[in-house]
Amino acid sequence: MAKPKIVKFQYPQSLQEMPLGPSAAAGLLTEPNAGWRIQRPIIDHAKCSKCLLCWVLCPEGVIDKENEELEIDMNYCKGCGLCAHECPKVSITMVGEGEADGQ
Amino acid sequence: MVNKSRSSRLDFINGDEAVAYGAKLCRPQVIAVYPITPQTIVVERLAEFVANGLMNCEYVYVESEHSAMCAAMGASLVGARAFTATSSQGLAYMHEMLHYVSGSRFPIVMMNANRTLAAPWNIFGDQRDSLAQRDTGWIQVYVENGQEALDMIIQAYALAENDRVYTPVMVNLDGFVNTHTFELVEIPDQHDVDEFLPPFRSKNAIDFTNPRSFCITAATEWNTEFRYQQQEAMNNAKKVIGEVDKKFGDQFGRYYGGLVEEYRCAGAEVVLVGMGSVVGTSRIVVDRLRDLGVEVGLVKLRFYRPFPVEYFKSLSTRVKAIGVIDRDLSFGYEGAVASDVKSALCSTEVVPKVINFIAGIAGRDITKENIEEMYNRLFNLIKGGDEKELQFIGLRWES
Repeated sequence: MAKPKIVKFQYPQSLQEMPLGPSAAAGLLTEPNAGWRIQRPIIDHAKCSKCLLCWVLCPEGVIDKENEELEIDMNYCKGCGLCAHECPKVSITMVGEGEADGQ
Repeated sequence: MVNKSRSSRLDFINGDEAVAYGAKLCRPQVIAVYPITPQTIVVERLAEFVANGLMNCEYVYVESEHSAMCAAMGASLVGARAFTATSSQGLAYMHEMLHYVSGSRFPIVMMNANRTLAAPWNIFGDQRDSLAQRDTGWIQVYVENGQEALDMIIQAYALAENDRVYTPVMVNLDGFVNTHTFELVEIPDQHDVDEFLPPFRSKNAIDFTNPRSFCITAATEWNTEFRYQQQEAMNNAKKVIGEVDKKFGDQFGRYYGGLVEEYRCAGAEVVLVGMGSVVGTSRIVVDRLRDLGVEVGLVKLRFYRPFPVEYFKSLSTRVKAIGVIDRDLSFGYEGAVASDVKSALCSTEVVPKVINFIAGIAGRDITKENIEEMYNRLFNLIKGGDEKELQFIGLRWES
């Protein structure tokens, strides 16, 4: 998946390492952000036509199209279900977190 | 004293104009200001300088003082030298942004024309506006006359942008008494100022090759460390103020003495402490009393933050009583300056007696007679006379 990787944030170890005022290197993903997701989208790749409508519509931009099959970055998917609702092939199913067929 | 000045010129200008000339000489790249009496002349002169092509500067017309400080902060964030000016209600209105600028460590310089706060509505001078900004993390300096106003705008940038400081500086002029009084002011040569104050190279600005997020959250676990840094910067400023004053004096021939200036304090039994324009009047009274053989002295408190606590500790063994003139009042206690002077003294072995004189509220004159009366009351106190700790000068009726 061609998504930014989670980087461990290096906290200052001394007063000298403190930044000048509250600032830090930009564009760092330091932790997953999907903790309130109660349902996750599961793609049935046999049905998926790769029309990429979900890729366009996903409000979080967590659908990745770099590989043969679409992939969803579960570290940042909030489980809104928009992709499942809009999929013309009905190839995406929302599955309760913790249920048997969650990947 | 080494005066290397090339072609400074004398001009008969008021305090606001002195500030405008001072700012012009510092070559700010962005000015964001909103006019308010008695600061307005600063805004007008700077607008003229820019309109006439005498300054290469982005002059931002903002809709409020809050926006003025926001715009100045944005300018500093991209590495520009930024200037603004305000007064009273305007200063109160930008209060929130004062914290933002100091906490984010942007070395902005602001002129404040000291004016009282409504209500009752009044446009004349006292220092309640800036003293109420004590905890905003800004360095505060109070000037005595137009020359010091011009010089301190230049010094303020050298101080604010110093690597060990990176803290914004507020230069305070007493409304009307300083801002509108015409004096002969020496305007330094641009080349000399350029030599003293090189172009601003911010170490706290956006850099596209090394992107950073600014003004971000510092969670509970980390917030204290940022505050400690601000306190360290203020402590560093105490030293840097003296260094900047020395360097400025060596180049321009005018030394102001750092955090405080003592005037005829040698052998003084009693001293008065004052800030701003009252110092000028007090010098005349001290001269007259000294000529009569009365042992009085004067302490010009220049910097309110950082506060010269070490100086006041050292003063405790030298004088018997200290009078603090406050052009403000913290209702329910006393004047803000007096509180700070007393707290500096309280841990010394010998604590001099202190009287807090509330005077000059909303532009009321502090006359030479008033000042002489203050000295008389201090002498009465050290002779065992009964004097209240808090006294209103020129009050019509007392309960």
